[in-house]
Amino acid sequence: MDAEQVRREVRAWLESNWNPELSLVEWREKLADSGWGCPTWPLDWYGRGLPVALGDVVAEEFERAGAVGTPGGGGMGLAAPTILEHGSDDLKRRLLRRIVTGEDTWCQLFSEPGSGSDLAGLTTRAELDPVTDEYVVNGQKLWSTSAHHARYGMLLARTNWDVPKHRGITYFALEMHQPGVVVKPLRQMNGYASFNEVFMNDARVPAANAIGEVGNGWTVALATLAHERRSFDALRANRPPRGRGRALDEQRRETAEIMEPYKWYPQRAGRADLIVERAKATGRNRDPVVRQEIVKLLSLARASEWTARRAKAARVLGRPPGPEGSLGKLYSSEVARACARVHTLISGTDSLLAGADGPLDGTIAEILLSVPAVSIAGGTDEIQRNIVSERVLGLPKEPQTDAERAFRDVPRNRR
Amino acid sequence: MRFGPTEEQDELRRVVRRFLEEKSPLTEVRRLMETAEGDEPGVWKQLSQELGLPGVHIPEAYGGQGLGFVELGIVLEEMGRALYCGPYFGSIALAANAILCAGSEAQKAALLPGIASGETIAALAVAEPSGRWDPGGIAAEARGAGSAVTLHGEKSFVVDGGRADLLVVAARRGHELGLYHLRGDADGVTRRALQTIDPTRKLARIELRGARAESLAEGGPAALAKTLDLGAAMLANELVGGAQKLLEMTVEYAKSRVQFGRPIGSFQAIKHKCADLLMAQELARSSAYYAAACADEAEKELPAIASLAKAQVSDASLKIATESIQIHGGLGFTWEQDVHLYFKRAKASEVLLGDPTYHRELVAERWEI
Repeated sequence: MDAEQVRREVRAWLESNWNPELSLVEWREKLADSGWGCPTWPLDWYGRGLPVALGDVVAEEFERAGAVGTPGGGGMGLAAPTILEHGSDDLKRRLLRRIVTGEDTWCQLFSEPGSGSDLAGLTTRAELDPVTDEYVVNGQKLWSTSAHHARYGMLLARTNWDVPKHRGITYFALEMHQPGVVVKPLRQMNGYASFNEVFMNDARVPAANAIGEVGNGWTVALATLAHERRSFDALRANRPPRGRGRALDEQRRETAEIMEPYKWYPQRAGRADLIVERAKATGRNRDPVVRQEIVKLLSLARASEWTARRAKAARVLGRPPGPEGSLGKLYSSEVARACARVHTLISGTDSLLAGADGPLDGTIAEILLSVPAVSIAGGTDEIQRNIVSERVLGLPKEPQTDAERAFRDVPRNRR
Repeated sequence: MRFGPTEEQDELRRVVRRFLEEKSPLTEVRRLMETAEGDEPGVWKQLSQELGLPGVHIPEAYGGQGLGFVELGIVLEEMGRALYCGPYFGSIALAANAILCAGSEAQKAALLPGIASGETIAALAVAEPSGRWDPGGIAAEARGAGSAVTLHGEKSFVVDGGRADLLVVAARRGHELGLYHLRGDADGVTRRALQTIDPTRKLARIELRGARAESLAEGGPAALAKTLDLGAAMLANELVGGAQKLLEMTVEYAKSRVQFGRPIGSFQAIKHKCADLLMAQELARSSAYYAAACADEAEKELPAIASLAKAQVSDASLKIATESIQIHGGLGFTWEQDVHLYFKRAKASEVLLGDPTYHRELVAERWEI
């Protein structure tokens, strides 16, 4: 099927079906039934089996028609692709449709207080209760976005302690609304509480809710992580819908809820866009040292944009990815830190003022207190440097002390 | 703006790399850098006649291949990679551009074909013993009326100036800045090779005592500024080539050098340093390529971006060169190891055409910060 054919078909379908006065769920039922909501998914599972490029054509037509699509967030972005790739047909039947309609939202239950960079060193325990054929889960997770309203958690738990760490983990779909699961907001150093801590005390999950084989959870987790960055980029590209109607109003509320945790993210990136106007407003643009630092920062920011463009150009030409593609995360850290430095140079002593007393009504303070997250979130810079030096430059791994030992015998954090 | 190499550009890179690997290996660089002339005329001849490299970006009307600055940048990057010692940068990336920017139609037609064919070596003389690259640093005088003048003053840091057949000189007549051309061996011209830290690039000091010269018709401050912007953008591309080669050498060394029972490249102290160098290199590469693309397609953006690229690439190249010595340890400080050859090119190029601080200030002015 070619692009024009797809375009004609989706356009015709939208013309006869799109109705902003339906409820959001009613409309998305139609998306699930027709396959136009997730056109790149398989025909058997709410999709149309189209290649990614044709999926973009469908998205363009939805945009043109002003029609609501599937929900953003961890359900569509992370859980669904993982279930499609590794889940049983039973799980697909039970879980996918309500992700598409937005009735069920999902959160990630991966990181733990004792295992951050070393995710595979997690110690949340899941033990099979043979009587009920359920696993009993005990442990603590954190950095879980949207866990306070999620229906399901993507849970990584250790089911076997007698094998090396990567081989004893199982991936579950955990029902969040149960007595054994307690969700608490996790307050960050910048005052926001965008994430949650999740405590599991004899929480229960049916054995049938394992996604992939028992003990094969690490492989499944890698599939989720591979979708993570893409999903976050898509979320940010998400434009608020135009127009009026019940479905649109409901979607606006849904989007606002999904985006709520991210409202300080622009500050986290350092706000290079504010630098020149701030320098001019304060007169600091006349100081030769400040001018040097501003240009260093803006050069770095521009060059990292150009590097991303080079990576994209290579991708479009179908060339193998060069080193430029792997470095984006490290560049973001460097830009953010440079921004914090230059904002401080520009604001001088006022840099210590916050809230209504602070420059730009507290925005500068928020930048200074949010930037430290960039080089940690989604994989620390140190781990990223390992990845770059090993996969791009081909440097050898450090000798590992835990990879081949039973996890039970590996030294770990005591709590 | 197109950003990403075409098939033809990739092919050009392959051809130049293969040629230089064969004709200008580091053993040859080491031999030539000890000589006064600094290059091998036979290789220059081949590179001119067989590959047409001196004419790569010169329009076909003036005997060149009519390609762009992106292609010139590719050639220079490969020459930087090989530390090629011939008079290419001075003749093509500086002097030819001065004539392209400042010459009348007739002057371009008269002067460029010889440069494009490689038969004429040209050099651009701007800076003076003061070492300044801004117009205010130009004190040399052009005396006389009309297009024929005599030149008086002293020029320095003239790339490939010692052996150039044709000189393009920046001088002022009264208050007016202009560009003038004359034969390298004209009466009243005295040339002396400078001792520098980078023996792979020959620089000269030139005394002008009433040497007769002709003014380039459009040689005002704008033409000079553009010439220097193009030079900065092209030097950035050359530097990227050297830094890339050095990074590859250093990563290979880190893989093979064993201490404490394992390759030093398995220690995070070294791995992370290498990752940082790769980061610096890829950013620098992007800036250099973007500057070359601006030279072809976005003239208005060029002045700020050329300076941005010169500053950023100079810093990155020096960082890579410095850390490459560090990673090579004691061996890195020996004459025998090749790292110092690249270090010296990077260090000398850091300040040639203006140091990073100077260029960042230019960026600030040009972006109206």
